[in-house]
Amino acid sequence: MTDVDAVIVGSGPAGATTAAVLTDAGWSVTILEKGRNHLLDLEPPHGPLGHVSNDELKHLFRYFLGPDPLIEPRTYRRREADGERIFTGGVNNLPSTVGGGGFHADGKLPRFREVDFHARSELGPIDGADVVDWPFGYDELEPYYAEAERVVGVAGDHTANPFAAWRSGPYPMPPGPDMFCAVLTSRAASELGFHPYRAPTGVNSVEYDGRPACNNCGFCGFFGCPIEAKGDPVAPLRQALRSGRCEVRPESYVTEVVLDATGNRARGVRYLDAAGVEHEVSARHVILAAGAFETPRLLLASELGNPDVVGRYLMYHFQTYVLGVFPFSLHGHRGRSVTHLMDDPIVPDAAARDAAREAGLPYFRGGIVEHGAGAHPILEAVHLPAGETHTRLMLESPMRERLAAFTMQGEDLPQATNRVDLDPRVNDVWGRPAGRVTFLPHRHEAACAAHWAPRLEEVMRRAGAESTFWITSPPLEDARGGVQRDPTPISRHVMGTARMGTDPRTSVCDPWHRLHDVENVLVADSSVFPTSAGYGPTLTIVALAIRAARELAGLTPLRSSPPAAP
Amino acid sequence: MTEAEPHYLSAEEHEVVAAACERLIPPIGDHPGGRALGCADYVDTLLGAFTIDPPRIWAGGPFSGRAGGEARFADFLALSRVEELAWRTRIEGSRGIPEREFNGPVTGWQAEYRDGLVALGADFAALSPAEQDARLDAVPAFKDLLYRHACEGAYADPEYGGNRDRAGWRAIRFPGDVQPRGYTDEEVTGRA
Repeated sequence: MTDVDAVIVGSGPAGATTAAVLTDAGWSVTILEKGRNHLLDLEPPHGPLGHVSNDELKHLFRYFLGPDPLIEPRTYRRREADGERIFTGGVNNLPSTVGGGGFHADGKLPRFREVDFHARSELGPIDGADVVDWPFGYDELEPYYAEAERVVGVAGDHTANPFAAWRSGPYPMPPGPDMFCAVLTSRAASELGFHPYRAPTGVNSVEYDGRPACNNCGFCGFFGCPIEAKGDPVAPLRQALRSGRCEVRPESYVTEVVLDATGNRARGVRYLDAAGVEHEVSARHVILAAGAFETPRLLLASELGNPDVVGRYLMYHFQTYVLGVFPFSLHGHRGRSVTHLMDDPIVPDAAARDAAREAGLPYFRGGIVEHGAGAHPILEAVHLPAGETHTRLMLESPMRERLAAFTMQGEDLPQATNRVDLDPRVNDVWGRPAGRVTFLPHRHEAACAAHWAPRLEEVMRRAGAESTFWITSPPLEDARGGVQRDPTPISRHVMGTARMGTDPRTSVCDPWHRLHDVENVLVADSSVFPTSAGYGPTLTIVALAIRAARELAGLTPLRSSPPAAP
Repeated sequence: MTEAEPHYLSAEEHEVVAAACERLIPPIGDHPGGRALGCADYVDTLLGAFTIDPPRIWAGGPFSGRAGGEARFADFLALSRVEELAWRTRIEGSRGIPEREFNGPVTGWQAEYRDGLVALGADFAALSPAEQDARLDAVPAFKDLLYRHACEGAYADPEYGGNRDRAGWRAIRFPGDVQPRGYTDEEVTGRA
């Protein structure tokens, strides 16, 4: 007898979704979450706690959603030659809280395209990277994408994106209102041959699943939603809790996956509670859903998983920011943070193919371009110089009220040398080794950014910007080896550190997310991604988690087909 | 400021902080300076956050009452054990306490302010603007910290002690928190 059927480490999109599927199948589940609970009442009827608010200071400057780098520092270096580390503090910190990485996002939820699942076969290898096919294709994942969109509640226009993969049906909700800045930039983009479309967004445009329509408050990206108009992750988590078969234990820090006497199966996990007292939960299955930074850290601490691969192939999205300052107000503080996307840099045209060849690459692929704007005043203020310039620029507000921003989430190629491991000296507050990142972008990412940024600046100018500039994260200079003051990538998209595949020698998990060496341990989060594609990962995380959890529970696989031609 | 408000600075120190914030955020036209915005009160509330329970670290929610709903921002949230450890360490410093020094000693903001204010001098408020700027430039690390806090004090929710009468937001035409009212679709899509 075990305490529960499954113990899940982490309560973000992957963990919450897995819990919803398993409890629906009748399983008992315990979710252990390292962070605090600010999301929902853990007692029935599981209403909102009312902790989240339109509060810039709390969310952006005081670690409200965690992790606090004084509790959980992470370390960073670009390569081994840098020494043990060049930075200690916050590194790609996704929220550490009940609801995890879904909590802070503004909920843009695109699907990947067909080619993203077999880039190696279709596009070929790239020197210095380890591009591989996924062990299954888009067609197999499509019904799970559709289910993910239904569970989270995605608003979008299924006819809008000419580059989109095929779909078995429309989105559950129509799109919400377009932001003014995106009306200008998407019109200009269309005039210059781009294909902008209304972003599929996990934000209610109408009442959905008992939660209200978004009222456009503007505190969206990096904020929790005070009215629960964002479905991720509250929808699956509440569904799991309402089954009566799911318990969520916040402030429960898992230290180790514990194996049974055979060494081939997990017995459960060990964790520290809020007071620091150690406990063990036994379970038939252990699900790791702590995110692509914390999951490999736990695998390494537990000495589990293929030791040649665990933690390696860490991928972010290489972010290119193209900024335009307009002569009038764009009021980017109203609305859903981002209402339009475009996929053009993902689907190379002749100019992009030529630029790749000139850079000595067989191809390059960028990522979705998000049409956004400035919004929050403290963030604006701290980037200005002190003195008269501060006050003058706060009044003129070129960096907030008059700022439009494109963010390209460029595909980041998998490289074995990019990894998460355990820092030899820096610890967290629980006395465990901090996770350490070693990461240097491939020249593919830098060449692709350098190609697309000037084209996006042209769009900005056509939309009415009187000045434009662009930067990348990590900085291009850093990709070339220079030293930056803070070189850590800003991206919160973290993937690839326990990649799945059919060959146990070159992957950590099998195509159903089970560790090759301990089959009752599953990795449910973006650690399993073999490649990063150029799309936000969250919808794919949820779709994959549904697929793996249904298989685990012995449920019939979902099937779908394209709608019949009219 | 009432007795119930948390505070840390002496009246003299408060005056130096206010004068320094006035140089970091000087008034222009309708935009008040750091002194009138209450940046020194913000700093005092932050450095004294743990003189009151719950500490003044995370304001409550979901609404302030400014755009409807029940006013709850002033009901600050309690911290967990490790969150309190982190914030006490950040504000008070590690002070040789072993549980705060798991990665070595940490200098807290209180000590940085004590040292920084000594360096600025008790006569700081009476100096000319040029002399004040020179003293601030002589302590660049403290100037950076004070500027960061002045920005927070100017534009954070007023429940944190600064942004007096929301004058910071009004000056830059920022509406602040707007839940549960929000904006209409027309306000989102149309020209301002």
